[in-house]
Amino acid sequence: MTLQTTTTVAERTWARYTPQQRWKRFATMLVVAAAVVWAVESIDIIWPWVWDAPAQVGDLFGRMVPPDVSNLQAILWALVETLNIATIATFVAVFVSLPIAYIAAQNTTPNRFTLWLGRFILVSSRSVNTLIWALLFVAIFGPGVLAGIIAIMFRSIGFLGKLLGEAIEEIDRRPVEALEATGASRAKVVLYAIVPQVIPTFFAVSVLRWDINLRESTVLGLVGAGGIGVILQGAIDTLAWQTVATILLAIIALVILGEALAAWLRKKVI
Amino acid sequence: MSGSAERGVPSSRRHWRKPPFIANPLLRWGLVVGVAIYAIWAISILPFDLDRISQGMTRAARIFSGAFPPNFDRYELLIDGFLESLQIAILATLLGLALSVPIAFMAARNIAAKPIYLIGRAIIILARSFHPVIVAILFVKAVGFGPVAGILTLTLYSIGFVAKMLAERIEEIDWGQVEALRASGTRYIGVLQFAVLPQIMPRQIGLGIYQLDSNLRASAVVGIVGAGGIGSTLMNAFGRYDYDFALAITLVIIGVILVSEAVSGRIRRNIG
Amino acid sequence: MLRIQNLVKRYGHGEPVLRGLNLDVAGESVVSIIGASGAGKSTLLRCINRLVEPSEGSIELNGLELTTLKREELRKARRRIGMIFQGFNLVDRLTVMENVQCGRLGYIPYWRAALRKYPAEDIERAYHLMERVGIAHYANKRADALSGGERQRVGVVRALMQQPEILLADEPTASLDPVSSRQIMELLQNLSQELSLPVLINIHNVAEAREYTQRIVGMRFGKLIFDGAPADLDQEAMDAVYSGTPGEERQQADVGPAQAQAVVS
Repeated sequence: MTLQTTTTVAERTWARYTPQQRWKRFATMLVVAAAVVWAVESIDIIWPWVWDAPAQVGDLFGRMVPPDVSNLQAILWALVETLNIATIATFVAVFVSLPIAYIAAQNTTPNRFTLWLGRFILVSSRSVNTLIWALLFVAIFGPGVLAGIIAIMFRSIGFLGKLLGEAIEEIDRRPVEALEATGASRAKVVLYAIVPQVIPTFFAVSVLRWDINLRESTVLGLVGAGGIGVILQGAIDTLAWQTVATILLAIIALVILGEALAAWLRKKVI
Repeated sequence: MSGSAERGVPSSRRHWRKPPFIANPLLRWGLVVGVAIYAIWAISILPFDLDRISQGMTRAARIFSGAFPPNFDRYELLIDGFLESLQIAILATLLGLALSVPIAFMAARNIAAKPIYLIGRAIIILARSFHPVIVAILFVKAVGFGPVAGILTLTLYSIGFVAKMLAERIEEIDWGQVEALRASGTRYIGVLQFAVLPQIMPRQIGLGIYQLDSNLRASAVVGIVGAGGIGSTLMNAFGRYDYDFALAITLVIIGVILVSEAVSGRIRRNIG
Repeated sequence: MLRIQNLVKRYGHGEPVLRGLNLDVAGESVVSIIGASGAGKSTLLRCINRLVEPSEGSIELNGLELTTLKREELRKARRRIGMIFQGFNLVDRLTVMENVQCGRLGYIPYWRAALRKYPAEDIERAYHLMERVGIAHYANKRADALSGGERQRVGVVRALMQQPEILLADEPTASLDPVSSRQIMELLQNLSQELSLPVLINIHNVAEAREYTQRIVGMRFGKLIFDGAPADLDQEAMDAVYSGTPGEERQQADVGPAQAQAVVS
């Protein structure tokens, strides 16, 4: 009886499918429209400023031309510092994230407690933005590169650990079984059956995160955590717009070069 | 067993080395040495001041003891900040989605003429190169503190991502539909509207939901440099050493991000 | 000498897969285990090296009771039991030599395993065995570059590297083409004699079982219902082992591994 009832209901729903879809679309549109109206109406905006914005932005760009390269040496040095922050932080984070990925993966974690511990570490690292981490570490260690490196590290651990943990969960179980059958200890099974399977992901994810970290390192200086952002903030504060332009161009160059290098590494290694 | 074993095995058979990952020894050792030198140099120039670290530990203790327990007394401020972040995210997402369509068309190799294609790509690269916080700081200088700078920043941020993905989608559309319309003598704009747009719409909706989620996250960050939203609230709390309020804000940000990620993931799965 | 007594295996609270099974395997004999899918062949094999934990009963290998061993003892005992798998279960991204040396992992210290500094006698032995099965020239190749038959040879050498006292083979030919499949069966038969090693083979293909083994054991519903020489396996015995199973599977048991593969996978 029950089976029959569900069938008829399902049939009826099926017959109504098109109108329901139309209704759904209409409702979605309505929600979007309502959200926009609400957002526009209640947002704390001084409208004359908005109408003035294009002119202001144009004016700002006007003041940036031509870029001033007299500080080029300092800027290049800051770029190197930025690169170092990203690289050191990624390098350390990769190794710290390995054991966390191991305990956060369902098939390798020793027990339920470690599983939840691993996941907790990953989630808290991932949901706090690098800049917020940087704010915290600048408050602790004072302004400088060290705070920046630690901030980037803290944020990267969650990202790397999550993706590596997923890679561990997706491995082929069969070699693991085979090596367990030879009487190899757990640590050796990990070394021979799990590590080789995870290595491609490990490289890909590390390179990807390095690329992201390079971008993030460019802004650390805005909260005092080292890198090119420090000079940028200084130039903006002194209204040296032509220097700002040079710094921006330098950042573009760094980011594009980093992306190219990352792409090359990905192709070469994997 | 067969005879070969008893005949004594040459010494090479008693040794085995894993074939190296990089076959060329010069390149291999060059790389190893290069990386080692870089690592030593990069670490050696770190201003690693033990004194400051030990001071930092006491400061950390002070901050954390000041932060616990998190203080939700000024929840009104917190809610206001969040609503503003939400408003910024919604408006920036819609503006970004709308603006990214023409830019994506410009940046699609199979649709746009070469010079236009290059302009389109340049816009995308430019929009993607800068971290939103840098863009935000410039907009704050140009249009003043507040949500307008946030909206402009995140609009640009959205364009960088959405236009890039959309352009890729346009480049792989089914070309047969386009030719069918061309054959019937439809004008260029008509072809775009009836043959290309329907094919990319589903993707655009998916991207929009993803971008709303990612704008909400980003709006928490750009606020730190004064572009409105919850980030500004957080920055103020930090600036006034209200660590308990800052912790409360951070916890709420984490919660909202987790919820928003889950919701956006579910919607995209249902659509996709 | 392997002696299994009263072996019971139950997954969760369901019906037992093995119901009080008894089996003795002595000396250098090759024993085939036949039976329909779900008869419990694979579970039986995995109970012996405890990849699957037996629920009741006793398994004795050369006087050592396996079912009660603790972790470290179990590891030591597993070194004496070689296993060959249907899907080869190699580590694809490692070289053939590394895969082969996996068989020694239970014996060598961790640093040797990590640095790939295998003891000279292990390397010598590996070359020797690889030559015996015809894969020595692949030592530096990655395992996933080899064909199915070659991969299974790597699996066989890995098991032999353990210097096992018994070899368990779980459908070793079911993923292979007919030619490689016969070669592997022949190899197992010869190795059993050369190394005076008892070999226990789960097999779908009754024709191969008849040809390459001296003793055939028929399983049904978790029990042994046939035990004898290939000549004793007449139509009646076949019916008892396979009756009630779908005609399709019956047929492929009689015909060959090429078809068997389609059903298994």
